[in-house]
Amino acid sequence: MTVVVRTIARVLLPLSLVFGGYVVMHGHLTPGGGFQGGAVAASGLAMVVVAFGADRLAKKKGLLSVLESLGGVAFAALGFLGLGLTFFANVLAKTGGLFGNPVPYGPNPGDLNTAGTLPLMNWAVGFKVLAGLGAVVLLFALFGGEHDR
Amino acid sequence: MTIWAAMLTATLVMVVLTSVLAVVLRDLLAAALTLGAQGLLLALAFYLLQAPDVAIAQAGVGAALTTAIFLLAIWKTRRKEEE
Repeated sequence: MTVVVRTIARVLLPLSLVFGGYVVMHGHLTPGGGFQGGAVAASGLAMVVVAFGADRLAKKKGLLSVLESLGGVAFAALGFLGLGLTFFANVLAKTGGLFGNPVPYGPNPGDLNTAGTLPLMNWAVGFKVLAGLGAVVLLFALFGGEHDR
Repeated sequence: MTIWAAMLTATLVMVVLTSVLAVVLRDLLAAALTLGAQGLLLALAFYLLQAPDVAIAQAGVGAALTTAIFLLAIWKTRRKEEE
């Protein structure tokens, strides 16, 4: 692509990744969550693939595959964590530890340190969606090229 | 007519216009970009209808990712539609 597109992609990639991380991190307080944040971050990845071509990103295929598998495994593991009660029981909520604060009543700006395992599941889904959608675009761009396998 | 209704009407009219343009245009690159604009306007319509959750997903998937996939597909084939 032209130098204009490349420069804009270089500037906007960290911005979109940070905004995707923000949407994932605040998934239990504000609109959005794992899928939405992962899709926003993956759109930045797709922008880089379109702007710079897929050949110099071809080596990252393995990394994306590992990241997607890790996201799925982490989501399932967090589900099995509550198996003492039921599957997907929220064992971390209201324990005072990690994400363990009780939810405040009334109008409030929102406490990020609440909701138990839900933020961790949001991160797992976010990484899975980021890696999955990024791998779709990257493999589609590599199709028919010299790195196609 | 409130400002909200006027904005929603204008957005939906532009959604229909961009959809028709995406079908009518012979230049496939222009059609793909028009379809991306349609996705973004649809995200704005979802936001105006107070569904910001859907709006973020639509802006990420409908506007950005499908446009990228269409652009890559046009690169790998040809740009002009044939009879």
